[in-house]
Amino acid sequence: MIKNGSSKSVVKLHVNGDSHEVTIRSADTLLLTLREQLGLNGAKRACENGDCGACTILINGEPMHSCLSLAIESINQPITTIEGLKASNIQETFVEKWAIQCGYCTPGFILNCHALAETEPNATDEVIEEWMQSNLCRCTGYQEIKEAVKTVLQAKTNKI
Amino acid sequence: MIPFDFEYYKPDSITEAIQTFQDIESQGKKVIYYSGGTEFITFSRINKLSADAVIDLKGIPECQVLESLGDLLVIGSAVSLNKIAKSNLFPLLGQAVKQVADHTSRNKITIGGNLHSRLIYREGVLPLLLADAQVKIAGKEGEQVLAFEDVFQQEMKLGPGQFLIQILVEKSYASYQYISIKKTKTSKVGYPVVSLAAIAKDSQIRAAFSGVCAYPFRSAQMEAALNDSSLSIEKRIEQALSRLPAPIVNDIQASREYREFVLINALEDALDALKGAIS
Repeated sequence: MIKNGSSKSVVKLHVNGDSHEVTIRSADTLLLTLREQLGLNGAKRACENGDCGACTILINGEPMHSCLSLAIESINQPITTIEGLKASNIQETFVEKWAIQCGYCTPGFILNCHALAETEPNATDEVIEEWMQSNLCRCTGYQEIKEAVKTVLQAKTNKI
Repeated sequence: MIPFDFEYYKPDSITEAIQTFQDIESQGKKVIYYSGGTEFITFSRINKLSADAVIDLKGIPECQVLESLGDLLVIGSAVSLNKIAKSNLFPLLGQAVKQVADHTSRNKITIGGNLHSRLIYREGVLPLLLADAQVKIAGKEGEQVLAFEDVFQQEMKLGPGQFLIQILVEKSYASYQYISIKKTKTSKVGYPVVSLAAIAKDSQIRAAFSGVCAYPFRSAQMEAALNDSSLSIEKRIEQALSRLPAPIVNDIQASREYREFVLINALEDALDALKGAIS
């Protein structure tokens, strides 16, 4: 049984292929831990209510709101943040398609898109919409984001 | 940030979970079971919920089951809503839970968490009421299988220290014609103004509702009206509305009058969709 007391303790998180020691309370969210303990600021703090998707990361390859996960329940599971996709084709595609604007929502969109491309590269428009509804863009750059996502999926399908 | 500290336990077995609950409770501490945890985290952050300890049920293998076993569909309480929808094991349930929150959140929200939600909607309840589901419950006295309709009385009524292990549904319910309708105020992601699930069984419609009253429900009186083939569709719906089990919700999402309007339309759509399968 995994146990963690009510005071701070040191645990290991597996982030972007590396193992990191972090000092956490059981009550600390994964979002807070990634940003404050590991300096991974790509996951953005915004609504902290699971509504906006700015804090999206991948756990076991699935998109998750890191504001809705405790750090303690994420141990022993592979976590991917936007820093883990540095200089990837997907980031380049978002830039080329100008799906960035202010950039605050972009890491969340990219990680969600990455998970979609990995699991459902042949996703229909309906499925794309269903997945991407989890992320909000206050600049309302949805058309560019949609084009970027479709380009990423197309590239993935062509490779397959 | 969650403004209080708590202990975290993730047991590997049902026995360990029950024992842990008893041990912590005997110390005079407030302990709660934790599954997806989305509601615990969001409510704790704004001081609407607190606990001295949480017991995470996701490490219990029985709570992660999602399979067809003999004549039964077995769905573990810690299975995520997306896994249920993607499996297509029980299509109506898959469709109903696919309408809860957003796709990313549904990777974390579990069916057990949805059934126990403090919000009024709990749309996972509707298919279970229609399918005469059973639930397997764990407690210090051991495990027991109960009818879902006996356990769900406006909300889940479990005893102290008990938790939901699995949902059991007869496989035949996966093959009945069904419809699941969710009407929101504006965007596709949002709380329902009206959510309706219905199946056609033995030429009769069964219907359950969420967002209409302060709790999800299925009403035999309403179904009797909806199945009265001597009446026009309009009259059936009018009769059904006169038999609602509680007042229609009137809040910032929608006024009472608007919810009633949307409910009438949803019932018309449901009766139309199932018209070939009901009398």
